[in-house]
Amino acid sequence: MPLVISLLAVIVLVVIALAGTGSLGLQYLFGVIFPYAALATFLIGLVYRVITWARSPVPFHIPTICGQQKSHSWIKHSKLESPYTTLGVIGRMALEIFFFRSLFRNTKVDLKKGPRLVYGSEKYLWMAGMAFHYSFLIILLRHLRFFAEPVPFFVTALQTLDGFFQIWLPIIYITDGLILAALLFLLFRRLYDVKLRYLSMAGDYFPLFLLLGIAITGYLMRYTTAKADLVEVKELAMGLLSFRPVIPAGLDSVFYLHIFLVSVLIAYFPFSKLLHMAGVFMSPTRNLANNSRAKRHINPWNYDVKVHTYEEYEDEFRDVMKAAGMPVEKE
Amino acid sequence: MAEEKKTPEQLAQVQYTRPGYKWMDPKVEFKKGSYNYGAVKENAEYMSLPYPRKWQPFDADWNLPDNWQEIIFEGMRERLDRFRSFRVFMDICVRCGACADKCHYYIGSGDPKNMPVLRAELLRSVYRNNFTAFGKVLGKIAGSRPLTIDVLKEWFFYFYQCTECRRCSVFCPYGIDTAEITMMARELLNLVGINIDWIVTPLANCFRTGNHLGIQPHGFKDSIDFAVDELEELTGVRVEAPINKKGAEILFVAPSADYFASPHYYTLLGYLALFHEIGLDYTWSSYASEGGNFGLFHSAEAMKRLNSKIYMESKRLGVKWILGGECGHMWRVLHQYMDTINGPANHLEEPVSPITGTRFDNAKSTKMVHIMEFTSDLIKNNKLKLDPSRNDHWNVTFHDSCNPARAMGLLEEPRYVIKNVCNHFHEMPENTIREQTFCCGSGAGLGTDENLEMRLRGGFPRANACKYVHDRFGVNILLCICAIDKATLPPLLEYWVPGVEVGGIHEMIGNALIMKGENERATDLRGTPIKEVAEGKEVTEDV
Repeated sequence: MPLVISLLAVIVLVVIALAGTGSLGLQYLFGVIFPYAALATFLIGLVYRVITWARSPVPFHIPTICGQQKSHSWIKHSKLESPYTTLGVIGRMALEIFFFRSLFRNTKVDLKKGPRLVYGSEKYLWMAGMAFHYSFLIILLRHLRFFAEPVPFFVTALQTLDGFFQIWLPIIYITDGLILAALLFLLFRRLYDVKLRYLSMAGDYFPLFLLLGIAITGYLMRYTTAKADLVEVKELAMGLLSFRPVIPAGLDSVFYLHIFLVSVLIAYFPFSKLLHMAGVFMSPTRNLANNSRAKRHINPWNYDVKVHTYEEYEDEFRDVMKAAGMPVEKE
Repeated sequence: MAEEKKTPEQLAQVQYTRPGYKWMDPKVEFKKGSYNYGAVKENAEYMSLPYPRKWQPFDADWNLPDNWQEIIFEGMRERLDRFRSFRVFMDICVRCGACADKCHYYIGSGDPKNMPVLRAELLRSVYRNNFTAFGKVLGKIAGSRPLTIDVLKEWFFYFYQCTECRRCSVFCPYGIDTAEITMMARELLNLVGINIDWIVTPLANCFRTGNHLGIQPHGFKDSIDFAVDELEELTGVRVEAPINKKGAEILFVAPSADYFASPHYYTLLGYLALFHEIGLDYTWSSYASEGGNFGLFHSAEAMKRLNSKIYMESKRLGVKWILGGECGHMWRVLHQYMDTINGPANHLEEPVSPITGTRFDNAKSTKMVHIMEFTSDLIKNNKLKLDPSRNDHWNVTFHDSCNPARAMGLLEEPRYVIKNVCNHFHEMPENTIREQTFCCGSGAGLGTDENLEMRLRGGFPRANACKYVHDRFGVNILLCICAIDKATLPPLLEYWVPGVEVGGIHEMIGNALIMKGENERATDLRGTPIKEVAEGKEVTEDV
């Protein structure tokens, strides 16, 4: 059901975009107003979220430790899995953000006859995650050629690198293939794995379909006859960027569909699980050092509580303490 | 206890399949053996907890306050504003499922709501419904659920089926920690007077008498004195065990089970022998006679109330620093919370070992040292005369307790000590030890008899790994440094892997320690005869 709803939602979006820029002629709405609105929603929404998170303090020092603590000089301390210093924390976070360290640890449990539990390495999720995120990043960077004149050297370099194999004409980008494979795998995994299928919600399928839609419309423009005129695309992009938007004459519906789906994605971002991009930086189980006995962590709302003092304790038990020959404060 | 006792083969018939109902439709069945009894009214009153009343989970009517939903929403709002962890963890889960099969309760039960992700969704769905724009507008499609009485019952059921072991958090790409979420849920349940007895009674006991078991000062002294006598019988050495002694250099705090339960007791004998042998100037305290802290399993406030005694007592007695015994969740509190909630401990000095002169820099602010850090340092500096062959009748493995492993990273110190006091040591498989260690299945206040079936299920992964080294290497004792482990693992191992005992590391030290003036030892601290000394003494190590 969530699967169908998500798919339907994306289909409805496609129909809206095709109708809007086809017979209705709302190019300005889809080419200018929606992108601006989406970007504004994204920025305001994301900033709002991050501020909301940041306003909640971290009362306790609760890193999850995944390696040997720093104690004796003769015991090898795991600087990245159990960081003791800020530098160590930066290292740990970098591993997490650039290489998905925790996901790399993933295992899969099998219950065999015996009964015997067997733990196997399970790297597919990590691989698909890496493939998707890095492809997405590179594709995003490649798109910078529409937003800068002259095209920055690293964008050109990326393009060359990404088309390294020089297959087909126009050259097929490696990341274009990777991102499709990764998205399809992530979708397949959600449906194939009974656990995941059981827990998955519309919010899990919708971004996948949306991203697939974005990727496919992108392929249509690059690799098929539905090609968009690059000069016109750049004209629109530069116009948007300079706040002097113009609608070039020749762009057809596939292009508008593409940027409409992108607009939906970025507008949807602050309301969805896609927030993990920002949230990962603020996770107190990862971004704190394992030094809580060496350095006092302050809880800004630490309040006094009702305690049971030694005096109250001795008052209740003085007689038995004396009888047992235990020292007391008041005779 | 389940009505019919299941055999291990039956209990291990776990199906990891989809049930016939959606997780969003709340569904709870209070089957005997899978839940804990409600808190006793008098003890809840003693701790001034909200809405104390006679109550049991299986009651149809939970007698909640009329505005219970409002209370919960207000409680959620307050906690969202106070805990960044709560807010972030509510927002960023992508439901990738990496955590799903990492939970011992899921592995042992196959109940999908025991997957950490769904356990969190039980709360997250209500968060969406009341605290997010999308959730309010889109309702069920956005994964939100209204807070009904059935949802609340589900919270109770599943948040008291989480041992806060944090294994899932190791595997989560964002470090989402189910322990944090469980803590929030338990605090919320407490606000409407829903608590379990196995937590609230220890709380009340500890608040009043200084320890979870409710042992009064003279009873505490009796236990320690008895242990001193017993140690003399076993070794011929009379040791001193000062209690409430002002001006001692070190205050020693151990979990109360160490002096009142078995097999913890042998660990106590080990401490006593060790402290005597090195001539440590220390004292026990009857007022702070509990290192453990069931407040951790109840609420941040209860944790602080119980923990306050340790610093207050160290001040009253005028010690220099504090040494802590073998306990798991105790060390979560001491390592990650104590300094924050009850510090700064300016009345204490930065800890230095009086025997070796080693400074414990990693504890310079909290001023409390783990006994594994302390003892490993003694051994490294050759301060102990040890005869590991006295443990040759033990073929040992080491169970990393959740909190020393995942809250502290105390991984090598215990292993170093074991290798110095035992000749036969074998590690369990690598996915079941160190930071990936499996919980005993009975932590976080769930270690009681009424939920035994759930404990057996939760303990299955740990016991199964233990069975592996038992079958393969003949391991006959599992060592651990946690009082809950020592209390709850014996029946679990007895069930899943008969023939493996449970013990503490200081018990092994006590066995191996050559004391000045001791008699020749015929038995170990348990009274088990020591084998004839074999000629080979090499450490066998295998993974």
